[in-house]
Amino acid sequence: MNGAAAIAARAGLVSCEACRLLVRPAAPSVPGRCPRCGEELEFRRRDVIQRTWAFAIAAAICYLPANILPVMTTTSLTYKEPDTILSGVILLYKTGSWHLALVVLIASVMIPLAKLAALAYLLITVQRGSVRNSRDRARLYRLLEIVGRWSMLDVFVVTYTVALIQFHPLLSIAPGPGVLFFAAVVILTIFAAESFDPRMIWDSDKGEPTRNG
Amino acid sequence: MRMRALSAGIVACPDCDLLQRIPSLSPGGTARCPRCGRKVAANRPGSLDRTLALAVAAAIAFLVANAEPMMTLSVSGLESTTTILGGVVEMWLQGEWITSVLVALFAVVAPALDIGFMLAVLLAARRPPAPRWVGTLLRWTEVSGLWSMVEVMMLGILVALVKIADLARVEPGIGIFSAAALVVLMTAMSVRFDPAEVWSRVRWANGEGPQASPESAGGAEAGP
Repeated sequence: MNGAAAIAARAGLVSCEACRLLVRPAAPSVPGRCPRCGEELEFRRRDVIQRTWAFAIAAAICYLPANILPVMTTTSLTYKEPDTILSGVILLYKTGSWHLALVVLIASVMIPLAKLAALAYLLITVQRGSVRNSRDRARLYRLLEIVGRWSMLDVFVVTYTVALIQFHPLLSIAPGPGVLFFAAVVILTIFAAESFDPRMIWDSDKGEPTRNG
Repeated sequence: MRMRALSAGIVACPDCDLLQRIPSLSPGGTARCPRCGRKVAANRPGSLDRTLALAVAAAIAFLVANAEPMMTLSVSGLESTTTILGGVVEMWLQGEWITSVLVALFAVVAPALDIGFMLAVLLAARRPPAPRWVGTLLRWTEVSGLWSMVEVMMLGILVALVKIADLARVEPGIGIFSAAALVVLMTAMSVRFDPAEVWSRVRWANGEGPQASPESAGGAEAGP
C-alpha cells in the first residue's frame, strides 16, 4: 500500500452503491442520482451509527427471551417437556451427536452473541475515530456478513421437527414462543450488519500506512 | 445538473473507498483492494452463459425440491411425511404465524425470486444494450439473495433428522436430494455470477451508455 492513499470521497468522487459506477457529482452537497442505474448517490450512508446501534440494541433485547422461552414443547402420553435452545443443545449432546450439538451451539448461541459484540466493537471504534487495526476490522465486518445468516439454523430445526413429529396422542412437538424471538434476533442483526457502512472504518485514516496500528 | 462518470477502469473499493485502477486480469483471476483486501473485480470467462446454465438447473432443482416429499417418518406403524412447504403449513397450524411466514420467505419465496430474477437478468443481458429493468432486477437480486437461506434450511433439516433418528425410522425422499442439489447449484450460481459484466451491458438511466468498457475485454463476452 502506498502512503498517499487516494480516497474517492476526498477526491469528490462517489461510487454508486448499487452498480459501483464511479461518478463525479457536479455539486458535492447534492450528489444526485447515478447516471447509469438511477440510484441515489451518497458519499456515505446517512445515520449509519444511529441505525446500526438501533438494530443491534433491539437484537440484544430479543436475545434474552429467545434463550429463556421454550422453542418447542414435546408432548407424549406420559410427559410434557418444554425445551429452550440450550436444553436442545444439551439433549443433542446427550444423545451422542456432540458434533451436531456443537454446530447448533455455535450457530444459535455463540454467533448471535459474537455478532452483537463485533457490531458494538465496529461502531465504537468508528465513533472514536480509531485508525488501528482497520484491515482486521474490515475483515471482521465481511465475516459478519457471511456468518450471520447461519444463526437462522434453529428456526429451521424447530420448523421441520414440528412438521414431522405429529403422532397424536403418542408423541407430538409444538413450537414455542422462543422461536419468534430467536428469528427476530437473527433478522435484526442482519439488518444491523447491512445498515453499517464499512467505508467509515477507514475514514479517520489520513493516509499514512497503519496496517497494524 | 451535469455529472460525469469516470473511465470504467477506475473503481472505488466498496468497503473502504480507495480509488484504484483495475489491472487486466487473466481468466479466472480476481483483483483485491490493496488496502482492505476486499475483492473488487474478477475475470470470469463466460460468466453470463455459465450462470444461466446453473440458474436453469437451479430452477428445476427448486421445483422438484418443493414438489416432492423430503422424508417419511415411521413410529410404531404411524407414518408422517413432509415437504419444504409442509414445515411452513404446520407452523401456521400451530399458531406460530409470523415464524411460518418467515420460514416461507427464507426457504421458498426468496430462493424462488433469486432464481427468477437471475434468469430474467441473464436472458435479457445476452444482447446489449439491455433494458433498464435489468438493472432494477439486478439490485433486487441482492435483497433476495440476502434472505434466501436454502443452505441454512438444509442444515436445519439435517439436525432435525438426527434429533428424530432415535425416535423413529427416517426414510429420505427425492425432495431432500433435490434440496441438496439446489444448495450446490445456488452457491455455484452466486460464485460464477459477475454483476459488473451485466452492469456494463445495461442501458444507462441518462441514456448515455453503455459504453465499450475495458473490464469486459478480458474474454467475458467471447462466448460462442
